[in-house]
Amino acid sequence: MLNVLLRRLVQAALTVFVVITLVFLLFSVIPGTYASSLQADKRDVSAEVLERIEAELGLNDPLPQRFGRYMAGLVQGDLGTSYATKRPVADMLAGRIWASFRLACGAILFAVCIGLPLGFFAAMRRGTWLDTATMSLAVSGLSIPAFWAGLVLMYLFSLKLHWLPTFGYGSGGLRHLILPAITLGIAPMALLARTTRAAVLETLNADFIRTARSKGMSEQRLVLRHLARNAFVLVLTTIGLQFGSMLGGSVVIEKLFAWPGVGSLLIDSVGLRDLPAVQGAILVIVLFFLLINTLVDLAYLVVDPRIRYR
Amino acid sequence: MTETVLDVRDLAISLCDGPTPVAAVEGVNFSINRGEVFGLVGESGCGKSLCALALAGLLKAPMAISGGQILLEGRDLATLPPREMRHLRGNKVSMIFQEPMTALNPLMTVGDQIGEMFVLHRGLTARAARMKAIEALEQVQVSSPERRINAYPHQLSGGMRQRVMIAIALACDPALLIADEPTTALDVTIQAEIVELVLDLCRARGTAVMMISHDLGLVARICNRVAVMYAGQIVEQRSAGDIFTAPAHPYTRGLVDALPRLGRRLERGQERLTEIGGVVPAIRDFPQGCRFAPRCGRVTPECRAAPVSMTDLNKGGRVRCLHHV
Ligand SMILES: Nc1ncnc2c1ncn2[C@@H]1O[C@H](COP(=O)(O)OP(=O)(O)OP(=O)(O)O)[C@@H](O)[C@H]1O
Ligand SMILES: [Mg+2]
Repeated sequence: MLNVLLRRLVQAALTVFVVITLVFLLFSVIPGTYASSLQADKRDVSAEVLERIEAELGLNDPLPQRFGRYMAGLVQGDLGTSYATKRPVADMLAGRIWASFRLACGAILFAVCIGLPLGFFAAMRRGTWLDTATMSLAVSGLSIPAFWAGLVLMYLFSLKLHWLPTFGYGSGGLRHLILPAITLGIAPMALLARTTRAAVLETLNADFIRTARSKGMSEQRLVLRHLARNAFVLVLTTIGLQFGSMLGGSVVIEKLFAWPGVGSLLIDSVGLRDLPAVQGAILVIVLFFLLINTLVDLAYLVVDPRIRYR
Repeated sequence: MTETVLDVRDLAISLCDGPTPVAAVEGVNFSINRGEVFGLVGESGCGKSLCALALAGLLKAPMAISGGQILLEGRDLATLPPREMRHLRGNKVSMIFQEPMTALNPLMTVGDQIGEMFVLHRGLTARAARMKAIEALEQVQVSSPERRINAYPHQLSGGMRQRVMIAIALACDPALLIADEPTTALDVTIQAEIVELVLDLCRARGTAVMMISHDLGLVARICNRVAVMYAGQIVEQRSAGDIFTAPAHPYTRGLVDALPRLGRRLERGQERLTEIGGVVPAIRDFPQGCRFAPRCGRVTPECRAAPVSMTDLNKGGRVRCLHHV
């Protein structure tokens, strides 16, 4: 148990190192620097000033030196200072993590609450029109680009029906959360519906379900006590993976809905070539993924006795 | 006075996935008396499991009962509404399966899985059911049942799991236990133990057993009467002693000859035990006439002409063959 967590920790450190290094290297090969992004902004900055800025930020130092500096800071828990805002990256992230987390939770809640029942009923009524309809819906949900779905939802529910705000964070209430959360949750919902259907069908064919039938129980008891939990165990990994990758997946959606999360920060900072901010945002996204995966592993310990003793 | 527990009349089971149903099992007639051990043997794929599942009301689409009656203590299970069938299942007729490794719910303790029977059919509380489950485990000779009750199936060996299955099946003292090859998947060393256990417990309860097996030797040893199935039909039905010493159907004869027996020497010139050549036909390819004709050494043109029906034998029993011994 402790062993597992320790191994997870080492794994996480390695993953973070690899990702950070990759971003560093990527930034050194893509054209443009923070300074040139200022110029591209058509602000009248003289070449002299640009050079001074670059020197101040240490952008002229050789790559290994810059990398070493950043890593040394990171190990001490210092995420550096944003080139653009001159504020500590940690401070900038602090407020945004909560916003992104709310969005991810809303989206996974939507995906689970809709996707699981859909998949379940499709499986129980397999071969009927309900099954066909549900699965066609699921395929559409997976193939529609999320930002387009977001635009449609925006148009329908805020511009036409005036039920919900178009975009923005509001004062942190639920009303602003609904549309972006649904937009972000559509693809995971569709995937979950499919996985759940497959899991339920697989479980229905299991020998122990035949045994349960041979005991003479009601269909309801069979589903609740024997089918549901076993099928859920098969779906749990998918839920975890979808939830874990949600921060990364929300980048475009956050931008679309002007949601002040980690994703918007990432996009803005890439545009500005603001490397410390980009690194910080990516770090959050990666750590969230690793954290959720660990939580899923722990959840398995609770729901599946076969794992406890391994 | 013998009392009939199960009376199967003209049972037919069909595969209903195409425009016309295909009969996988047909014309099956037999009856089992209270407390009797009845054997059903035949090669793989001849319809034994289908019969067993039909008796327990467990056939799954696209397989369905397409004719006949299954009278359990006088009530016809073939036409019983699902709700009533549910009350009989596990209560009056129970089943144990071939695969103990996968037959139990992996996420439930064996105690809960046994106790469930008492909750379902005896209306006990979870607590009382647990006590009964401990008793039931004890009866199937699982050591330290108070502790094992909390075990999950993966913590038990195959033989242990089959014991748990037996405890479940016999929890409510059913009138009939259907055992579908209960030992085929087990280690040879514990097969005999499991069979003995089933027989002992059923004898004590007056439960009739339908023992399904590939193994004619086993069946002949433990059963009162035996039915031999081939390609969806019963081809011979005799007392266990007769079927072994004087098989009437060429197929049964083949099964007997294929048995290795203590004290039986290979005849001069015979290199190995005889096997029956060929395989059981698939259900869509059943021959017109006698279904065994393509593999039979004694076949004549009239065998292939028309379906053969069961005839009574002078020495007792019935056989489906024009040229029986
Ligand atoms: N759901 C199904 N769909 C199509 N064919 C089936 C189905 N179930 C059984 N069959 C066929 O019916 C025949 C009888 O099957 P059954 O399982 O009763 O054989 P068996 O005598 O129990 O064999 P074994 O000794 O291998 O258990 C086989 O030919 C099998 O292929
Ligand atoms: Mg079988």
